[in-house]
Amino acid sequence: MKQFTQHTGIAAPLDRANVDTDMIIPKQFLKSIKRAGFGPNLFDELRYLDEGQPDQDCAGRPLNPDFVLNQPRYDGTSVLLARENFGCGSSREHAPWALDDFGIRVVIAPSFADIFYNNCFKNGLLPIVLSDVQVDQLFKEVEATEGYQLTVDLERQVVVAPSGETFAFEVDNFRKHCLLNGLDDIGLTLQHADEIKAYEARRRQKAPWLFDAIK
Amino acid sequence: MAAKTLYDKLWDAHLVRQNEDGSALIYIDRQILHEVTSPQAFEGLRLAGRKPWRIDANLATPDHNVPTTERSAGVDEIVDPVSRIQVKTLDANCDEFGIVEFKMNDHRQGIVHVVGPEQGMTLPGTTVVCGDSHTSTHGAFGALAHGIGTSEVEHVLATQCLIAKKMKNMLVRVDGELGAGVTAKDVVLHIIGVIGTAGGTGYAIEFGGSAIRSISMEGRMTICNMAIEAGARVGLVAVDDTTIEYFHGRPFSPQADQWDAAAAAWKTLVSDDDATFDAVVEIKAEDIQPQVTWGTSPEMVASVSARVPNPANEADAGKADGIRRALQYMGLEAEQKITDIQLDRVFIGSCTNSRIEDLRAAAEVVKGRKVAATIKQALVVPGSGLVKAQAEAEGLDKIFIEAGLEWREPGCSMCLAMNPDKLGQGEHCASTSNRNFEGRQGFGGRTHLVSPAMAAAAAVTGHFIDVRELMQ
Ligand code: SF4
Repeated sequence: MKQFTQHTGIAAPLDRANVDTDMIIPKQFLKSIKRAGFGPNLFDELRYLDEGQPDQDCAGRPLNPDFVLNQPRYDGTSVLLARENFGCGSSREHAPWALDDFGIRVVIAPSFADIFYNNCFKNGLLPIVLSDVQVDQLFKEVEATEGYQLTVDLERQVVVAPSGETFAFEVDNFRKHCLLNGLDDIGLTLQHADEIKAYEARRRQKAPWLFDAIK
Repeated sequence: MAAKTLYDKLWDAHLVRQNEDGSALIYIDRQILHEVTSPQAFEGLRLAGRKPWRIDANLATPDHNVPTTERSAGVDEIVDPVSRIQVKTLDANCDEFGIVEFKMNDHRQGIVHVVGPEQGMTLPGTTVVCGDSHTSTHGAFGALAHGIGTSEVEHVLATQCLIAKKMKNMLVRVDGELGAGVTAKDVVLHIIGVIGTAGGTGYAIEFGGSAIRSISMEGRMTICNMAIEAGARVGLVAVDDTTIEYFHGRPFSPQADQWDAAAAAWKTLVSDDDATFDAVVEIKAEDIQPQVTWGTSPEMVASVSARVPNPANEADAGKADGIRRALQYMGLEAEQKITDIQLDRVFIGSCTNSRIEDLRAAAEVVKGRKVAATIKQALVVPGSGLVKAQAEAEGLDKIFIEAGLEWREPGCSMCLAMNPDKLGQGEHCASTSNRNFEGRQGFGGRTHLVSPAMAAAAAVTGHFIDVRELMQ
């Protein structure tokens, strides 16, 4: 998994509450066999004027000019400002995959849906909860200033605005450790590789018929 | 030493590491892969630059959306583009990583849960996982078998371990003698009717008692297959001579020089006499009649001689509402006789009931009879290429075809309607599969779960009938 230590990038305001996983990545794109490549269909229904089809080349599709991420001033957005209950809906991991593939590294909102929040950490994305008032303030600043960038420092647990003002956030210690070191579940388990190997050696002695049989 | 249940023994034998938060790393002996839940797992490995931990623990076969009609033209000719891509991707991934795969037109291809045991890949005392909830099937052999999600498939590929929490122990004991015409499917549907679809949530269910002991391995698989429909991710049956006998001469079974040691180890895979269970359910085999589901959840089940329930007689308002909604979806009247339900299609297949014994039972009923004129389609879909070959060697295919049923290539088929075999809107289907949820077999389709013999009886009469009436 990607490490996350510090990140600075363009912020964009998605001014809408209860953005669900279907809005993040609509159902028709879930049949794909990949976890990369969902970026062009991120927020598909908000982003395009036509109805998206799987396997379609999105380059020629009519863009919705009102959608925030279509506005040139937000090109290259990597920090998404959002409203409450972001990521509600299904448990599928396609939503963080799509955000990640688009290039989003941080989502800041007053609240997140539980499963989505967990899935973000599994996929190297940092969800940050700030208070309503703070999120409001950031929305106002970003809308007022073209090229507005935010810096997120996970080690210090702060979001830094261009003015130098800092916003502290909470994050579970274990999750922080995993993100800082780029450890996903697999990475964590592999830290115990020696124990797995030792178990395997014992198993091979006790039940040799379970090894090298399927070939 | 404290007395242990079979589940306790299997858990302890696979414990690699106990974490402080109550989760544990357990070692996985076997993983079965299919085309629907594996692609992102392989891609994840690739993106992270990882290799499978242990190639020889894996076996793959496409099953969920392969066509079951004539398909010798190969994967390139699969009509549905998504199915085609998924099957091709499985082939490419297995080739790339060196995983043994029975490809679509390999004679050993079939439904993952039929193929694993048939090959001796699943063995007593193993842990078995697959990205499919009906992996509980393999517990019939005294194996600890879980369904898992795609990120767990990747985790097992990369580490040979699963992060898991220990479940509670439940014993469902079925004692007595099963009547003629009453099969394993009726036993498990009856159990689900008694404990409900959430009755086993959080538990590993061990099925025991004299009636379970008397059931063949095929039947035990049918029972464990549906443990998940009772809410339990794990179903188990203790090892006995029937279990051990099953593995003689299977391709991945222990070889001659290892056999005795293996068999001796397997014999210990039973719950200790004085082991305690967190819950015990007792059922009398004599109470079980041929079963038919009338609703949209496997617990909405009744004996074939009974009537559809009346929501007005249900005291619990929530339950009454559930019954009402189910009857409406199913197009049934309260208190209608089960035997008055008319059918449009019949499906004999799925990982619940597509093994040789199931096909024999169905063939025995349709032999010398004809599919009723009102039935639009009656499908028989064997669980694997080897089951198909065996059935053909016994002449079962001819019996089915003469009676007017279609004889198909192996796969999941109409169990979940990911391939072209689907119900039309409002159509009633007598199905030997395991889920009767709304739309499971096609949009608006109405599924009734039954045993193979009951499905066959419905095919030749056009409505449900107690199969015992045809057996006299
Ligand atoms: S037959 Fe049905 S339940 Fe069984 S593995 Fe296939 S789709 Fe799943």
